[in-house]
Amino acid sequence: MNMNFTYPALTVLAAAALALSGCAPSAPASAPSATDAAASPAAAADGLAVSQPWVKAAASGMTGAFGVIKNTTGADITVTGASTPAARMAELHETVAGTSGGMQMRAKEGGFVIPAGGELKLEPGANHVMLMGLTGPVKAGDEITLTLELAGGGTFSFTALAKDFRGANENYVEGGAGMTGHQPSSGSTASPSPSANK
Amino acid sequence: MTGRTTRSAEPPQSGAAGKASRQLPRRGLLFGGAAAGLGALAAAGTQLAAAGQTTAPAAGTAEAVHGGGLVAFHGERQAGIDTPAQAHAAFVALDLRPGTSREGVKALLRLLSDDAANLCAGRPALADTEGELALVPARLTVTFGFGPGLVAAVDPARAPEWLKPLPAFKIDRLTPDFSDGDLLLQICADDPVTVAHAQRMLLKDSRSFATVRWVQGGFRRSYGSEKPGTTMRNLFGQVDGTSNPAPGSTDVERVVWGRGGHPAWVDNGTSVVIRRIAMNLDKWDEVDRAGREESVGRRLSNGAPLTGSHEHDDPDFAALSPHGFPVISDVSHLRRSRPDDPSQRIFRRAYNYDAAPGAGGVSDSGLIFVSFQADVARQFTPIQQRLAEADMLNLWTTPVGSAVFAVPPGCREGGFIGEQLFA
Repeated sequence: MNMNFTYPALTVLAAAALALSGCAPSAPASAPSATDAAASPAAAADGLAVSQPWVKAAASGMTGAFGVIKNTTGADITVTGASTPAARMAELHETVAGTSGGMQMRAKEGGFVIPAGGELKLEPGANHVMLMGLTGPVKAGDEITLTLELAGGGTFSFTALAKDFRGANENYVEGGAGMTGHQPSSGSTASPSPSANK
Repeated sequence: MTGRTTRSAEPPQSGAAGKASRQLPRRGLLFGGAAAGLGALAAAGTQLAAAGQTTAPAAGTAEAVHGGGLVAFHGERQAGIDTPAQAHAAFVALDLRPGTSREGVKALLRLLSDDAANLCAGRPALADTEGELALVPARLTVTFGFGPGLVAAVDPARAPEWLKPLPAFKIDRLTPDFSDGDLLLQICADDPVTVAHAQRMLLKDSRSFATVRWVQGGFRRSYGSEKPGTTMRNLFGQVDGTSNPAPGSTDVERVVWGRGGHPAWVDNGTSVVIRRIAMNLDKWDEVDRAGREESVGRRLSNGAPLTGSHEHDDPDFAALSPHGFPVISDVSHLRRSRPDDPSQRIFRRAYNYDAAPGAGGVSDSGLIFVSFQADVARQFTPIQQRLAEADMLNLWTTPVGSAVFAVPPGCREGGFIGEQLFA
């Protein structure tokens, strides 16, 4: 699905953000054992547990959701989609090397497979849930409900704290055409048209 | 009591790496860091020995790593009050942005409490872009204090009567640069990098709601330089804080938490007064040792009262010199600060500061005076009033900043500091 919905990262800023996160691809998320993060909002259901969930605050337009999703079962679990009342649309995004040499954000075909006993790290500049068409401002301190859709029809919901965050500023070219800002302060209200996402 | 625990209060000795790694989830990293340090020390020792040096620390004795020390953030009371003072501190006062709503304050306190809980546990905060810096908690504590503006924005009826600027004292030369504020964050740890990172993280999460009013950085002796519990010295060289109630004592229960004394504004809450006291070291240079000791009424060598020989000896204010003068001057700091009313007591937790000198000067040094007490008006203000009227130390010291904050209780996991105000 969403194969025609790719986003070549195009700015130096985006490259810098990726490089920075590349220095420490997993330290903040993996430094604490996720299950020890008792002080953080957490939820567990269907064999999944989330730790350190958060959303980048944004005035309008798009933003990203992050955290660590752990599969506590002995079988792989596939996350096929996401939704939230805070946005008209939510997508699973991955970051891959593009044909032009840069990095590209694109919808993750087939969703994210979380291996048995493994975890999925959602981080700025890497895999994340992208919220598009925010239904209102996401303000620092807000608690945003996110629902992951799982292969087989199950869902997994949790709340994520909205944080004032200046990173995760990747810009995208939508389908190689018009640009939309991922950066919330840009004030962009553009969101992918449903037709682009069939 | 509060049930708060301090883990690893003592520096791990040999086997430090193993002990430290148990305190934190981040086993591999701490162990790896300590092991690397050991290797470096051992290598250094080898080189120095080869060069005939004899002062190199033995590799087996100098490797203690104590950055893993944890002070629990959660509890009935906030940490950082009767916690044995860490070596480094940042005092940050914030002003709420105009129009910040009650809900905005709540969101701010929730965000900052979440950050503090993670950081104090040695974990990166949520969205912590420098998360590696959080892995050395070094007994980090973050203590919140509420100024009049914050309480007014949430529930004005809850404001204690004393939550306002102190009365003006004639010795004061206050500047707004170090006075007042809506929200205090007292950040203390035994490592200055830990303090800087925590300050940065907390301020990042504050900027949607508040602006920085002032920041004061303070320090004491480094962790491990002295035996724990040693009374601090200020930059005049004086032993400073001898008569402080001992942490964990019934005196602290009364003085700080109002148990059996003047009641606190809220159960398990207290108050903090922060005054920046400029100390004129250049003028102090002109005073000989006898004059310095007379000004305070204590010996410089060990802090003993001039009528005693040990630091904690009771002063004898009736003792007279052969010439018939009081041994401890009636205008000494010791005499003037000692109340006749035993309920006028405070718990001090001061830090030194040493700022860049102004043009033409060589020092801008002093004391960040910090005192906790259940009731500012009944416990603190009378003492300050007496000292303002007469205290030889006033010749060399000038209060240049002053702030009063109400200290709310602690919170449980999942809660946030100040939640009682929203109940």
